[in-house]
Amino acid sequence: MILISASAISIALCIFASLALGSRNIGLGEVINTLFRQGSESFDALVVKERLPRTVFSIIAGASLGVSGALMQAITRNPVADPSILGVNTGASLFVVSGIAFFHINTASEYIWFALAGAAVTAIFVYRIGSMGAGGATPIKLALAGAATSAALSSLVSAVILPRTDVMNAFRFWQVGSVSGATWEGILTVAPFLIVGLIIAVLSTPALNALALGDDVATGLGVKTGLIRIVGTLAGVLLCGATTALAGPIAFVGLMIPHIMRMFCGPNMSYIIPMSAVGGAVLLTTSDIIGRLIGSPGELEAGIITAFFGAPILILIAMRAKVRSL
Amino acid sequence: MIKDDFNIVKSGFHKRRVRFIVVTLIMTILTLILCTSMLYLGNTKYSPEVIIKVILGEQVKGASFAIGSVRLPRMLSGLLAGIAFGMAGSTFQTMLRNPLASPDIIGVTSGSSVATVFCILVLNLSGSIISITAVIAGLIVASLIYILARGGSFSGGRLILIGIGIQAMLNAVISFLLLRANQYDVPAALRWLSGSLNGMSMKNVPVLFLVVVIFGCILVLLGRHLKILELGEQSAITLGLKADQTRILLVLSAVFLIAYATAVTGPIAFVAFLAGPIAGRLAGKGYSNVIPAGLTGAIMVLLADIVGQFAFDTRFPVGILTGIMGAPYLLYLLIRMNRTGGAA
Amino acid sequence: MKETPLFSASSIVAGYDKKIIINNIDVVIPNNKISVIIGANACGKSTLLKTLARLIKPVSGEVLLDGKEIHEIPPKQLAKVLGLLPQSPVVPEGITVSDLVSRGRYPYQTFLKGMEKKDYEAVEEALNIMGITELANRSVDELSGGQRQRVWIAMALAQQTDILLLDEPTTFLDITYQVEILDLLTDLNRKRGTTIVMVLHDINLSARYADYIFAVQKGNLIAQGSPSEIITEDLMQQVFGLDCAVIKDPVSDSPFIVPKGRYHVMTE
Repeated sequence: MILISASAISIALCIFASLALGSRNIGLGEVINTLFRQGSESFDALVVKERLPRTVFSIIAGASLGVSGALMQAITRNPVADPSILGVNTGASLFVVSGIAFFHINTASEYIWFALAGAAVTAIFVYRIGSMGAGGATPIKLALAGAATSAALSSLVSAVILPRTDVMNAFRFWQVGSVSGATWEGILTVAPFLIVGLIIAVLSTPALNALALGDDVATGLGVKTGLIRIVGTLAGVLLCGATTALAGPIAFVGLMIPHIMRMFCGPNMSYIIPMSAVGGAVLLTTSDIIGRLIGSPGELEAGIITAFFGAPILILIAMRAKVRSL
Repeated sequence: MIKDDFNIVKSGFHKRRVRFIVVTLIMTILTLILCTSMLYLGNTKYSPEVIIKVILGEQVKGASFAIGSVRLPRMLSGLLAGIAFGMAGSTFQTMLRNPLASPDIIGVTSGSSVATVFCILVLNLSGSIISITAVIAGLIVASLIYILARGGSFSGGRLILIGIGIQAMLNAVISFLLLRANQYDVPAALRWLSGSLNGMSMKNVPVLFLVVVIFGCILVLLGRHLKILELGEQSAITLGLKADQTRILLVLSAVFLIAYATAVTGPIAFVAFLAGPIAGRLAGKGYSNVIPAGLTGAIMVLLADIVGQFAFDTRFPVGILTGIMGAPYLLYLLIRMNRTGGAA
Repeated sequence: MKETPLFSASSIVAGYDKKIIINNIDVVIPNNKISVIIGANACGKSTLLKTLARLIKPVSGEVLLDGKEIHEIPPKQLAKVLGLLPQSPVVPEGITVSDLVSRGRYPYQTFLKGMEKKDYEAVEEALNIMGITELANRSVDELSGGQRQRVWIAMALAQQTDILLLDEPTTFLDITYQVEILDLLTDLNRKRGTTIVMVLHDINLSARYADYIFAVQKGNLIAQGSPSEIITEDLMQQVFGLDCAVIKDPVSDSPFIVPKGRYHVMTE
């Protein structure tokens, strides 16, 4: 109960802050006025309306990334599994630039399919490489396979865009990892993917709880471990792939949020999944606001802020982990 | 009977030494061939006599500029940076006993990159100040990673994970700097960041040469100690090695090499990471790997630059070529290491 | 054979970080003998060995070699006298057996001189003693656990020290290899007069192979002496909390412990 009200309050606060703050700060009264009364045409009201889609998008994108991270960590039983660690973002980038360069795609919905495909292929590829050999996918193996693949893929991205100035311009707009470009049209395009992903995530929580005890125990409890892995991965990729398609790569939200939420509500996935959604939403919206404030008069992409604050969490995990489990 | 046994041991040592020497020689010759090709290839091809004349300082119309001011500095910067990357990478990998622990993966290079980008974009500096700042930043990052990873018992795996985290943070800082910078300065920084030998001038070469010679020699001389450090802390102490001193000297020299070279050419992807393992496979594991790794680094950079310049319609910076050429080997290495359980 | 220097420790207190694990131990290692340190898990026996091997610097007290504090002796000079086989040494990937063993010659090499004739001979001899000459050019990665352990001991032999410390040299080995390794170490002791100090888990093997036993409990040295003197039911109760009977080893005449447990004990 406390958790629910705390979540509701923090999200509401984020929404208002996101609408009110930026290179031009607007009073709370004016924000409420614009939201609930039609016809206000003052300059402030226009600014608020302008900020509305990005606010909505940062809430749902953050929620999706948080849940995606929680899913991937549960499925791989690996504390550092995260879309950015698994190289998913770079994979999505490569597919999108190839799409722009070779297939001349230019609409949000086309971006999404390419990004989703890239995300899925990369995630599976990295996980396969990281889980080879003794001990399965240990954090260090997974992180390295991801880092290595990312490095390789980003070279390819550069190679694709470098000779093509037009692609470079289209891509630069996409690649920054920002929620600022969100439009209602874009949000509506990705929404179905995100909703499906979230529903699957919520439905699979009992099985994920069983999976946390290890494959053997989970099988003993009647869970089809292979199936739940596939379904969970699918949901995770849908969530982060669709978000990445619209916002570009946003790092570390999926890594840190589940860890922070675990401190609040314990290891039960039925709490972690919804709380990661809330936490991700709050984190990404706050990062977006911070980016607007310290970047003023321009703005700093939310992805840069999350990377800066997320990386220390990765370092902390590494420091606290037992040597053997690395 | 016993005499025969002795011969097995002796002939084994002998074979491996011959292999090491032959491989090193071939690498040297290959490096020289690539260096010469770098001078020869280009829009206008000059005869060997002209090239020699230019190098000896004679003025030849056209050639003096094309070779003396463009191709020669490009070749020398690539050669020296390649050697520096290869030696430093191999030293880190051997010392930390993990092929993935090279400075470009654990964030040392990123530290230097941040410093360089900061100098270019914010302080509008150029020249040797940048290099010095890059070296200092590299050292700070290296010691930071070391301190963070040290807690409790020293673990290579933890160090790498922490390095990846630090690298992510530093990359965020670079993005921030690029965003806040004056638009006119950004292309210079971007070109530098992708690792390019374009526009190298002679003015960086003498100091880079000195750095490579001094710290390269230190690493070569420490090679014998490095081989002992590779056996782990306990064995090293037991064999009478001053482990801490040696390690500090090695890190200092390797960071100097990699940071200084990075400041000049930019971070050329994968060279530091791949040179050591490739050299090790070719030259064998019994001998110190520093010299073959340096040569392999030079070969990688020069070859990639030649391919990048002349193989395609677009001229690619060398860093992108090494990135693409290195990727398959990197994945192969990861797979093989995971199979044998050699990682971390 | 040159005189083995006197190796001893006086009132050493040592541990990791701030945790004291051994408090105030005095030992004098018997020269040219095989000594074994026994004790329950986490009693400090390994810490004692590591302190003797200068891997851990004692908080107070000193480890002495011929009356000299070992941390004050130049490391390379010390490495010619005092060797150690760590519990889990690290194998560099792809290295051959003879290359690895030759690294034991490090303390004898100087700034400019590399491997010389006497170094190669030492390597050959060490391989020969451990019976692994035919493995010389194989990669260490490919060897079995028992063979690998022989390689590591060969490296310690190539170091040609008067004193050799071994931290559980038989752990993770099949019983056949355990006996084989202990036999080889005894050969070494008998032929070269090398003083051997090792930590062993198996009390019966310790009793059979040791000339002298140190029993450690909770960081204190509570008994020392020849196996027949100190392996008693009382001491086993004290050191391991184990209720057992001590009989004569039918093979060697050394003491042999038989744990009792709660079941399958004949009542008289």
